[in-house]
Amino acid sequence: MVGFAGWEMPVQYRGVIEEHLAVRNQAGLFDVSHMGEVEVSGAGALHLCQMLTANDVSRLRIGQAQYNLLLNENGGTVDDIVVYRLETDRFLICVNAANTDKDFQWIREKSQGKADVQDTSSRYAQLALQGPLAEKVLQRLTSLSLAGIKPFHFSFGEVSGIRCLAARTGYTGEDGFELYCEPDRSEALWNSLMHAGSDAGLQAAGLGARDTLRLEKAFPLYGHELDDTTTPIEAGLEWVTKFSKDSFLGREALLKQKQEGAQRRLVGLELTEPGIARSDYPILKRGQPIGRVTSGTRSPTLGKSIALGYVGAQEAGVGNEVEVEIRGRRAGARIVPLPFYRREPTGKTSCHKEESDGVS
Amino acid sequence: MEFPEGLKYSKEHEWVLVEDRVAIIGITEYAQQELGDIVYVELPEVGEKIVKDDAFGAVESVKAVSDIYAPVSGTVVEVNDTLPDSPETINDDPYGDGWMIKVEMSDRDDLKDLISAEEYAEYVEQQKGEGDEEEGGEEEE
Repeated sequence: MVGFAGWEMPVQYRGVIEEHLAVRNQAGLFDVSHMGEVEVSGAGALHLCQMLTANDVSRLRIGQAQYNLLLNENGGTVDDIVVYRLETDRFLICVNAANTDKDFQWIREKSQGKADVQDTSSRYAQLALQGPLAEKVLQRLTSLSLAGIKPFHFSFGEVSGIRCLAARTGYTGEDGFELYCEPDRSEALWNSLMHAGSDAGLQAAGLGARDTLRLEKAFPLYGHELDDTTTPIEAGLEWVTKFSKDSFLGREALLKQKQEGAQRRLVGLELTEPGIARSDYPILKRGQPIGRVTSGTRSPTLGKSIALGYVGAQEAGVGNEVEVEIRGRRAGARIVPLPFYRREPTGKTSCHKEESDGVS
Repeated sequence: MEFPEGLKYSKEHEWVLVEDRVAIIGITEYAQQELGDIVYVELPEVGEKIVKDDAFGAVESVKAVSDIYAPVSGTVVEVNDTLPDSPETINDDPYGDGWMIKVEMSDRDDLKDLISAEEYAEYVEQQKGEGDEEEGGEEEE
């Protein structure tokens, strides 16, 4: 267990690699109750969400979820979030644990009293059931028709008699569900799910596997790939940014950056020499620093050493041969397309480029 | 958790098996368990000099990198060449096939600073107690 943002979090249960592969091949269950929730409601709720975020919240129907970014006036990322449209004028925003208070204050301040903004984090526990067998396991415990819940959609219903918001979302690159329930029912929900999945190879999975899974899929992690100074254009999240909507905080700054071209870009790296690139290691080209690693690990699925990092835009081309400085030693690396891993409809693994898959 | 008698231990979680002037060095059961799945090992080369209490190599799990500190000073005379290709051996057999280097000691007095299996077991218990109260973790998600 490690302390994190006031929570005691399990890094691993039976081992990061075993848990990681269980999620890729069968299913894993994560307790992600640390995630924060902010609820925005009232007549001004949609307008407020539109003003503060990059994506177009008006496209959401009731029962739909959307990956989105809270932006500041410079186009920097306050947080990356998932917005759930609960009702016409009521939105649930799932935020990063360490940012909960920052986000809540930010949204409330900007609301100017035109929408009701509540930190509802203490009302929710969240379990993430992820993996190719997630639907099969979950269906044993609920009368909800899970096949009818498409990716980035959700329904309310009972799972093992416990009322849940069941969303087909996740942070692993696999199919799966995130279940929000009342905190005092989460232990019972956890036990029911583990029991229902025991013959399917379901494993308890910790933060360690969550990190390696999201990294293979090149999902950003706030505090690593994203912070208040990184823009969605730099971070490869331009697809989230809908310049077509009227106005939003940071729009002008981002339009300018889009026209002038970003100075730096987030890239994927594959090490061509032994070693593991870790957060903050320098990235070099011909001995000169061109950027820094933001996250890196050995990919359990691909068996390769992979990393994400920012480099100068002129060095960001796929195929560029660079070096990572690993504790005083230089290891060769190549810029590769993202994500590193992509689930195929058949369930086989692959590392082909994908165009516009949503991050969750 | 197993801490074989007959080995000497450091508070940095290395073990040492002494054979005359040669020290065989690895990391302990507790260390491998704390690290989790080991996926990369960085070791010195034969002929390199290592200095007591300085890092002589590193082990990396999927989660993090950890230095390995020299429990004694001396010259590396043999390196476990199988580890780079199968670093998980350190998880599976930390006191056997997971050994890391053999060092010809330059000063046998270095051994006096190492502790016995019993003392090390006590030390690990203390560490575990402290670890539970630790406020770590910079990850944000």
